[in-house]
This record gives sequence, structure tokens and C-alpha cells, in this order.
Amino acid sequence: MKLTQGTFSFLPELTDDQIRAQVQYCLDQGWAVNLEFTDDPHPRNTYWDMWGHPMFDIADAAGVMIELADCREVYGDRYIRLSAFDSSPGWESIRLSFIVNRPTSEPGFRLDRREGAGRLIRYSTHSYATERPAGERYGDDA
Amino acid sequence: MDMDTNARTITGKERYEAGVLDYRKMGYWEPDYEPRDTDVLALFRVTPQEGVDPVEAAAAVAGESSTATWTVVWTDRLTAAEKYRAKCYRLDPVPNAPGQYFAYIAYDLDLFEPGSIANLTASIIGNVFGFKPLKALRLEDMRLPVAYVKTFDGPPTGIVVERERLDKFGRPLLGATVKPKLGLSGRNYGRVVYEALRGGLDFTKDDENINSQPFMHWRDRYLYCMEAVHRAQAATGEIKGTYLNVTAATMEDIYERAEFAKELGSVIIMIDLVIGYTAIQSISKWARRNDMILHLHRAGHSTYTRQKSHGVSFRVIAKWMRLAGVDHIHAGTIVGKLEGDPATTKGYYDVCREPRNPQHLERGIFFDQDWASINRVMPVASGGIHAGQMHQLLHLLGEDVVLQFGGGTIGHPTGIAAGAEANRVALEAMVLARNKGRDLMEEGPDILQDAAKGSPALKKALDTWKNVTFNYASTDTPDFVPTATPS
Repeated sequence: MKLTQGTFSFLPELTDDQIRAQVQYCLDQGWAVNLEFTDDPHPRNTYWDMWGHPMFDIADAAGVMIELADCREVYGDRYIRLSAFDSSPGWESIRLSFIVNRPTSEPGFRLDRREGAGRLIRYSTHSYATERPAGERYGDDA
Repeated sequence: MDMDTNARTITGKERYEAGVLDYRKMGYWEPDYEPRDTDVLALFRVTPQEGVDPVEAAAAVAGESSTATWTVVWTDRLTAAEKYRAKCYRLDPVPNAPGQYFAYIAYDLDLFEPGSIANLTASIIGNVFGFKPLKALRLEDMRLPVAYVKTFDGPPTGIVVERERLDKFGRPLLGATVKPKLGLSGRNYGRVVYEALRGGLDFTKDDENINSQPFMHWRDRYLYCMEAVHRAQAATGEIKGTYLNVTAATMEDIYERAEFAKELGSVIIMIDLVIGYTAIQSISKWARRNDMILHLHRAGHSTYTRQKSHGVSFRVIAKWMRLAGVDHIHAGTIVGKLEGDPATTKGYYDVCREPRNPQHLERGIFFDQDWASINRVMPVASGGIHAGQMHQLLHLLGEDVVLQFGGGTIGHPTGIAAGAEANRVALEAMVLARNKGRDLMEEGPDILQDAAKGSPALKKALDTWKNVTFNYASTDTPDFVPTATPS
């Protein structure tokens, strides 16, 4: 499967040039760009691990691209997402968020059902990747 | 008839002599009155009957929407009557519309119960719309003072928190209304939901008149729909939702349905405007208690919003609904099959989404409106739109909107999931291009064609609907157009 979280998951994987253009757009709006990575892509896993702080004071996309390259170097076998944070009054949240790195294989999710009375079903979404310990879920030995 | 703008309020003992007195002399025409920051302001389009002085007609509107009755009553003197009388403080002829006048009326805040749309509307659009000396009357706009806004909870979720909960940022959300809207069994209905969501939509939607009919009981629909939602979530790794319509005959039934939707894990429920203001405020409070996004379908509104001479403008309905507390409201598409002048529709979107609306006559916004910190409402564009219009939709409506492609998803020649994928690919390609600085209105069709090279589903959609447009004149248009000034 292909995880379709993020703003651009239905497009072919973005090239670095395309990512750089999106980053520059975000910086030009005055938003802080943030990199996060995870090996638990459950749709309710809100808190991916942060690659340092959001880059509040970077004005040129080149700086962000260096960080992205470094992050890929270490966590290239996981999901990495790039998000842009807007601190304007009344928003104070994310404005754009898209995946910039994926593991080579995406095993996806199993839907578990627990049947109850009155045809009621309790659902839970099980990520196949999390069957292995954190840090060993994707990559060469996965 | 000429305006008698010199009419003045009669004061003292004469004012209360038994009998009939002109409204303009009873204290409802006060051209020198300066509205206070705490006043509720209303702008009416008044069309007096032949031979009725516009000032008298406007004063009558102020009178009949506040304290007046047809004759003088001495019991006024037991009250601080001057305070409770609404005051028409300004009257302008409507540009290019002979016989119509804009009447600005101020109401003291104490005329209204805090936090009650029912009470506000019982005054402002109560008896007055049937008043005989008027040929027609339309409520065009209102200014709701911050002191009054703060008596409402407003939208239970709001645009920002909705996006955080759904983990969807940076692009319009995509939805589709299940079609055919009537007749599908629960099992077949859920199939449409599953295909559309796994194909790439964020939401599917019950239509306004899907409640609990012989062909599909509401519980059956909810159970099948939530199976579809969870299956699609697992297939994509994304949060999905379906607007379960909880509209029903009684408030007890509405609560029962809402509780069941919650029990099944739905992130969103929906209601129709026809359930009424009080029911809307009740379910809004329930939604706030239960972390539920509340979608409002504006069923019925065109009966009173569409004609310019009589009724209530949709911008006023949108303001009332932001106070009453809905998270989504259908607000027009501009390019689709339903009524929607571009400037007027943008005015509705501003009312829904902005923290403050400055006066903007070209968009039909007559007053400055400060929304204090009340949540934003996500407008919904639905009705006769398709992937080939994506550049226009993003350019005209912006990012914080739900674009709903019902026929434009389900009618796709290779299937519902392909229809959903086509819309999602078109949307993401368009956002990517816009952020990169490309001119959507100029290059939009090229951007779509390029994106279609990587998506046969989008290619098919573009070929199927390439020439579908709905170009009809709008009935509800702005009265003010920008005029060129010499530079």
C-alpha cells in the first residue's frame, strides 16, 4: 500500500527541486518548517519524532534542504514528513504537511473487528510495521 | 414618493395622546442617532407600497421589529421606551433600483436574550416581514456587537482544530454526497462510501433528505457506513469521515442518532437547516461536549435567500450559523450548478472564515464585523463541480473549504474510486503548482493535463466532463460595483 497522509501523497514522489519550492513558499509566508520521522505511521500517531526544533529563523530553503539531507542520512528507512507552522493569532497550527521520505516497502494496516451486541463492531487499526520493535521496523533487515 | 427626511420624533405629552401616530414621529426615525458599539445593527432593503413615504416605511420596520404596535399605548410610559425603540438612523436609495431603499436600524443590546438565535430572529425577522405598507422587505446584513457575539459558544470544532483532528493541512478537503440520494439499501450505500474514501476522498456525505426511510433505516446506514470508513482508513492510513445525517422529527431522535454515531467512532455528524435554530444550537452544544464535527446542510435556504427584493440574505444566515455553532456550512461554488454570484459568494466565505470582516460593499458586506475569538466555519462547495474546474475552485474559494464532488466522483466512467482519485490528484497538483507561484487561472488547464499524464483516472475525468459548465445569470448580486477612478 501507499500511505496517503499529507498534502501531496497522490502525486509522484516529489523531487528535491519540488520540495525546495514548497519550502520556499512556506518560508515566504513566515512559517517555520519542521522535520519529523517515524516508523509507526498509524493515522492516529500524532507525535512523530522531531528532527530538532522547528526552523524558526531560516529564510532560505537551502538551509532546510541540508537538514532534510541529514535527516534522510540517519532515518532514510522511515517516513519523514515536512510541515510548516504558522504562529499567527487565531491559527497557531500547521499550514502544510507532506511526506518527503518513505520506507522502500509499506506493509500497511490490518483492520481488527471485535463484534458486540446489536451488530455493533469495535474497530482497531493495526500497523503491520509495529509488530517489530521500534527502530527495527523498516530497512534492510525488515 | 419623496422622502420626508425632516420628520422628527414628537416628545412630551403629545407623544402619548391616544390614537394613531406616524412611526417616523414615534421615535423610530432618528437620523441624528449615532449607533453605539454595543448596538445590534441591521440593514434592510425596504420596498414601500406605492404612495408610502420611504422614511415612514423604514421607521415602521424599526418599530415593528422592536417595540411598536399600530397605535399609541400609554404603557410605553412604564418603560425606558426610548432605549427599547429600534432606531432607523440612515436611509439611502438603493443604487440602480428605483423604489428600493437601504434602511440602517440600530437595536439596543438589551432587546435580546443572550445566546439565543431564536430570540434574535423573532425580533428582527418576526412580524415585520408581513407588514402591509411594505411591498417587500429583505434583511441584507447585520452587525453583531462583540458583547453579543461573546454570549454564544460558536462552532464546536472550528477550521484549525478540525484540520488537526483529521491530520489534513494545506489543501481543501474533498468530499462527495452519496448518489442516488434516495433508494439505496444500507449495504449498497456503504459500498459507495467505501469506494469513494479508499479512492482518495476525505469525506462522504448523506444528502439532506436521507434520514430513516422505508428503503434504509438510519441504524443500518450508520453501521454500514462506519464499516466503510474504518476499512478505508486501514487501506490508506488516513483519517476518513462520513457525515451521518442525524436530522429527525424530534430532538430526542436527533440525540439518539448522534449518540449512536459517536458510539460507532464517527468523527462527524450532520444536520439540516430545516431543523430550526433552537435544534441547531442544542445539537451544537452536544457536539461540543462530544468532540464531534458538526456539518450543516442549508436545506431550504433558497426559499428566502435567493430573491433580492424579499427575504433574508444568506450572508445573514451564515452569521447566525457561526454564532449558533456549526463547523461546516454549504456556502456556494460559484462555478457549479447552484445560484452563486462570485463577489457575493466570496462575501459568504469571508463571513465564515475571517476573524474580522471589514466593510466590503462589492461583496455585500455592509458593516465591520469583529468575530472576537469565535471559531471559524469551514465553507462547503457542493453541487455540479468536477475535477476539470479544480484551478478555478482553488483560485476562487481558497484552501479552507470542503470541495464536494458527488456526481463528479460517482459518475466517473471507470468507477467511484477512480473518480475520487481523479479529484485528489487534480487537487494536489493544483496546490503544488499554486505554492510554486504558478498562475492557476492562466495555466490551470495545462497543470491538469500534466497531472493526468501520471493518472489515467484524472485523464478520464477531464475527457468526460471537459465542457460542462453552468453559465446562468445570478439573481442575488451585489448592489455596489467598483468604479474606476482616474489615476
